[in-house]
Amino acid sequence: MTIHNLYIFDRHGNLLFYHEWVRRKHTSMSKEEEAKLLYGMIFSLKSFVNRLSPTVSKEGFLSYKTSAYRLNFFETVSKLKLILNTDTETSQSEIRELLSGIYRDIYVEYAVKSPMVVPGEMITSNLFRTKLVQYVQSSHIYKAN
Amino acid sequence: HEKTYSYPLDIKLKFENKRVTVAFGERDGVCIGHVLLAVNGQPLSYDKLPDGRNVFDFLEERENFPVNLKFGRAKITTNEKIVLASMFYPLYALAVQLSPDQGSSGILELVTDTFKLNSSQTLTGVKFIVVADLKQSGIDQLLEKIYELYADYALKNPFYSLEMPIRADLFEQNLQVAIDQIEKTGFI
Repeated sequence: MTIHNLYIFDRHGNLLFYHEWVRRKHTSMSKEEEAKLLYGMIFSLKSFVNRLSPTVSKEGFLSYKTSAYRLNFFETVSKLKLILNTDTETSQSEIRELLSGIYRDIYVEYAVKSPMVVPGEMITSNLFRTKLVQYVQSSHIYKAN
Repeated sequence: HEKTYSYPLDIKLKFENKRVTVAFGERDGVCIGHVLLAVNGQPLSYDKLPDGRNVFDFLEERENFPVNLKFGRAKITTNEKIVLASMFYPLYALAVQLSPDQGSSGILELVTDTFKLNSSQTLTGVKFIVVADLKQSGIDQLLEKIYELYADYALKNPFYSLEMPIRADLFEQNLQVAIDQIEKTGFI
């Protein structure tokens, strides 16, 4: 079970955080451009899904899968967006739990509660990165490699 | 969601995207985003009643109440279907570009909390997109079957012009048979 990378966006589309574990293909653009492209894609996907849905949906877009990876999307009530790319086999409910755990135990504890973190700007805190990496690597998904 | 309302109206309406939508005042099953479909049994065209009066003016006057209003999700028009399908193309391609791993295809499956979408691309770039219930199985086989039907009843049809919407009875009949089969048994 491979976890490729994680992006965190705020409600305005600013990239707050990025970390990669296993990435074999990089885009030919800068990190900022790639983040903007990804955010734009997610925004379009959300409105696409909203229009196409047969009934009024609560959570909307959750994930998509290609032949090589699965993109998992998690949005909080405050419109914070977590995007995690994993391999195609990992169970979606486990990933969902992982993402909500990342929000609840890492982001809220080490980003929201940190006086050094400025809203709208990238999280530079080393503690945040260490705790996040620790949390993900100790999860069941990462271990089942 | 049809109900009779008395003056003044609790629900705040606004005119957006050529439709009268609910902006505020969610209650009794009427949600934000729902569209006003009919007033006193008469369907609306954009923001006008069949007799030509503007619906906002109509709802301002006390003597028109109590009024029966019908709300619901906006029906998806053929034009909108085309727009949505076209929207899917670049999203499909972006998935390849943003891939963290080598050799990725475009979006094959898209999961939401109310439906899932499966797509399959042929070697010539023709895409088949199926929107189904989350629990529906056998969609990959359905996509292959639809490709077969497309090749047999659309492409081999002498009256069908490429790139145009398909209007072949045999195609639609066989498509319906395939869909019924998969809904009933879960495979083809």
